[in-house]
Amino acid sequence: MSKKIHVTTTINGEPIEFLCEARHSLLEVLRDSLGLTGSKEGCNNGNCGACTVMLNGVPVDSCLVLGVEVEGATIETVEGIAQNGELHPIQQCFLEGAALQCGICTPGFLVAAKALLEKNPHPSEEEIRFNLAGNLCRCTGYDKIVRSVQAAASQLQETTS
Amino acid sequence: MATIFIPAQLKELSSGIGHVDVAADNVGEAIRQLDARFPGMKQRLCAGDELKPGLQVAIDGKMSSRGVLAKLDVAREVHFLPVIGGG
Amino acid sequence: MKAATSDEYKILGTRPIRHDGADKVTGKAKYGADVQFANLAHGKILRSPHAHARIKSIDTSAAEKVPGVFAVITANDFPDPQDKIADLGEGPVTLSHLGSNVMARGKVLYKGHAVAAVAATSTHVAEQALNLIQVDYEILEPVLWVLDAMAEDAPLLHENVFTDSMGEASEKPSNIEKHLHFEKGDIEQGFAEADIVIEREFKTASVHQGYIEPHVATADWNEDGQLRIWTSTQGSFTVRHQTAELVGIPLSRVTVYPCEIGGGFGGKIAVYLQPVAALLSRKSGRPVKLVMQRDEVFEGTGPTPGSFVRVKLGAKNDGTLTAGKAWIAFDAGAFPGGPIGPGCMCVFSCYDLPHATVDGYNVCNNKPKTQAYRAPGSTHVAYATENVLDEIAGELDLDPLDLRLKNAVKEGSRRVDGPVYPEIGCVEVLEAVKNSEHWNAPLEGPYRGRGLALGFWFNCGLKSSATANVNTDGTVTLIEGSTDIGGSRTSLAMQLAETLGLTAEEIHPQVADTDSVGYTDVTGGSRVTFATGLAVCKAGEDIQKQMRQQAAVLWDCDANEIEISGSTFSRNGNSISFQELAAKQLQLGEPIVGRATVAPDCSTNGFGAHIADVEVDPETGKTTVLRYTAIQDAGKAIHPSYVEGQMQGGAVQGIGWALNEEYFFGDAGDMKNASFLDYRMPTCLDVPMIETIIVEVPNPDHPFGVRGVGETPIVPPPAAITIAIHNATGVYMRELPASPPRLWKALQEA
Repeated sequence: MSKKIHVTTTINGEPIEFLCEARHSLLEVLRDSLGLTGSKEGCNNGNCGACTVMLNGVPVDSCLVLGVEVEGATIETVEGIAQNGELHPIQQCFLEGAALQCGICTPGFLVAAKALLEKNPHPSEEEIRFNLAGNLCRCTGYDKIVRSVQAAASQLQETTS
Repeated sequence: MATIFIPAQLKELSSGIGHVDVAADNVGEAIRQLDARFPGMKQRLCAGDELKPGLQVAIDGKMSSRGVLAKLDVAREVHFLPVIGGG
Repeated sequence: MKAATSDEYKILGTRPIRHDGADKVTGKAKYGADVQFANLAHGKILRSPHAHARIKSIDTSAAEKVPGVFAVITANDFPDPQDKIADLGEGPVTLSHLGSNVMARGKVLYKGHAVAAVAATSTHVAEQALNLIQVDYEILEPVLWVLDAMAEDAPLLHENVFTDSMGEASEKPSNIEKHLHFEKGDIEQGFAEADIVIEREFKTASVHQGYIEPHVATADWNEDGQLRIWTSTQGSFTVRHQTAELVGIPLSRVTVYPCEIGGGFGGKIAVYLQPVAALLSRKSGRPVKLVMQRDEVFEGTGPTPGSFVRVKLGAKNDGTLTAGKAWIAFDAGAFPGGPIGPGCMCVFSCYDLPHATVDGYNVCNNKPKTQAYRAPGSTHVAYATENVLDEIAGELDLDPLDLRLKNAVKEGSRRVDGPVYPEIGCVEVLEAVKNSEHWNAPLEGPYRGRGLALGFWFNCGLKSSATANVNTDGTVTLIEGSTDIGGSRTSLAMQLAETLGLTAEEIHPQVADTDSVGYTDVTGGSRVTFATGLAVCKAGEDIQKQMRQQAAVLWDCDANEIEISGSTFSRNGNSISFQELAAKQLQLGEPIVGRATVAPDCSTNGFGAHIADVEVDPETGKTTVLRYTAIQDAGKAIHPSYVEGQMQGGAVQGIGWALNEEYFFGDAGDMKNASFLDYRMPTCLDVPMIETIIVEVPNPDHPFGVRGVGETPIVPPPAAITIAIHNATGVYMRELPASPPRLWKALQEA
């Protein structure tokens, strides 16, 4: 059994310390050590995007990041998207637009879509599809996901203008 | 009186006859009558007194889970078909 | 129950937010892998590196000595099920085959076949232990391609499998486990009457259901002998039954807690992990969790069959079909069973053929045991029939839509397998195509083409149960047993709300475990909204009956004198609302609990047509889908967004099947692309918006007219896409997938 390493980080705005083995992925740490099971494991090799989290403001597949790499980093997971008991517009639009069926890919899509809208508040359909191409969904055929991101973009635009 | 459609693979037992009319209360009785007329039918359709696993009976187009116990009182047509699952 | 026209409905046809929605967008929803227990052990499975081999010996002693290892098991830890056959809800299963698929007994029959399992303090420790298990294999020659496996001299998978021809077994053991034959009319006369006859052969590759959530199970074999299982499944009752049989304990000692499920599409009905986790738990004295990795999902769980299909059609010059002949061979994979029956029954299910024969063969080969995948068997055969039909339209210079309309089945048409259709919506679907903007829009430009294809799936009835508790605040808690893969909690709650005159939000649906709800078959066969919906409607009527009796107590009259309209109970000018009556229930009598169980003996017969516009890049062979429309008869769309979602999702799975998805096997029978990077499912960049047109021809067997919806949408896409490719390039793609290298080669050879 390998020795554990102490890591200090910020997750969803709170300072968090944890111990992990050198071989543990950030996804394992989030899910198994910290109980943040909203990030999902679909492939464990960076192909499906279900484990997408924000790492220092950039969306990453948390299965491809080691726990020890996040020393001093800021992380946002799906659990941190709703604030003060209210859903974020991207979450609300996913519900109103029926953008989920089984829901296993949804956390990853929400994190990736929120990241896109923060970087590019007015994405074209093509830009949405390009930016979400690292997230696989097998249920919806993507139509309602893309439309819900479009709806969230409009809604965020109204609230900021 | 219901018309029993003889599965194509069992027509070798019925000299090519494709369907017969039978007066029976249920599918099991209909099979017994079929077997009396075309010996060997029951052995091909049933395991013991039940329909063979993988077979189902369709009565007037409706798949029945009752097998040999399915009632034929108002039935017009009976077919023996493979079971259908789903995804 | 009376059928109502659409505008009479208050709830049906609206789009409320799903009841489990907030949990699923915040990460709170508990999926199978999210369950945690104190003292939880983590399991891993050792899998065969060979596609076909005899297991001479397994030595687990070194693995057992690894610190942190709690238990190691092999097939020897399972009881021998002998020759027992069990009906597991969707058809019979030979338990020795099911058990040997869960853990190989004597032989491994595909690469990835489970041979041993370990439970340890962590998956990492379990993996270390797996590496120390010594398995001595005698490697045998594998056989992969279905026609090769049918050859007389093919390597034989099972000494005890014989060809069943409707109750008659072959003399010698064979990989061909089943031969089916159907006939209608006089095939020779039919072809003699034809002015044109076309016969073509088609091949399809093995494709996987591709759910994003891997298989997972946690089992806790308690000290009192009770076994509890938390798992991702399409059917908690069938998991209970299968697991009880395979570990050799009575059904009642197993409780299955269905977690949220991350997709299934037919692939999460058979057990893989649940019995293994159970025995590891018994041996280790701890709860044990098993989670598959993605390569294990591809290599160890059910793809749909690869297939070879030959279809011959004859037609008169005016397009009237005179005869059809089909010869179908499907992979069974490692063990008998599979969708050859429905494949045979679907090959001509859209067209009224006076004369036809169909032969079907189900063939064991060294691939994972095939499992159901959305309209199992129908996609393979529709691909063949629709392409031949399109070629006939071309040869006769007829409009492909008119040709289909001319021959489409309708109420009273006799199917090739015998039965006569009741009221169906095939013609209405084609009429909707004819009237659609897409079908009438011009498509111009080089290497562009449009394809149209029709598809059918039966949809099942099976069994469902529901209980509904009326709360004193006027809401209703609905308890049902259909695991919710796509919003079914809400489509069921809406049917109860409509029945009771409430809002969807006033119903609180819960998916219960196997001890908390009556027997319910799988979420599959497009049956939940129809059959569990039927149970829910009847439970609602049961509530109304009880509330009418309570109103009769209130007004001191006979219950039959009380009328119900929406949520209002009234008599002689007196009236009381559902909510008011619910609040008085404990004063007026017994608590109000509605219940119903159903076993509808019917298929709900779903027809759909898809229109695909594609552009082919002649330099690379890559096909781009420019525009796509799915049209389908839903009977009655309860929640239109979820009906559209099924149509869109099925269409895109079918587009993947058509253009990219396939298992690549090496010469040793080893899958070469067992990852999402190399098994190329569509991403959102690969597809356009999927337009939908919902047709509503009510199903006479449901009070609201509901038909199953989920499966039909995967049937037309491979045909629609390949027909569109033909219209773009002049090349017919008779092998799936029509991937860039394959299409590029075909263009070079044309």
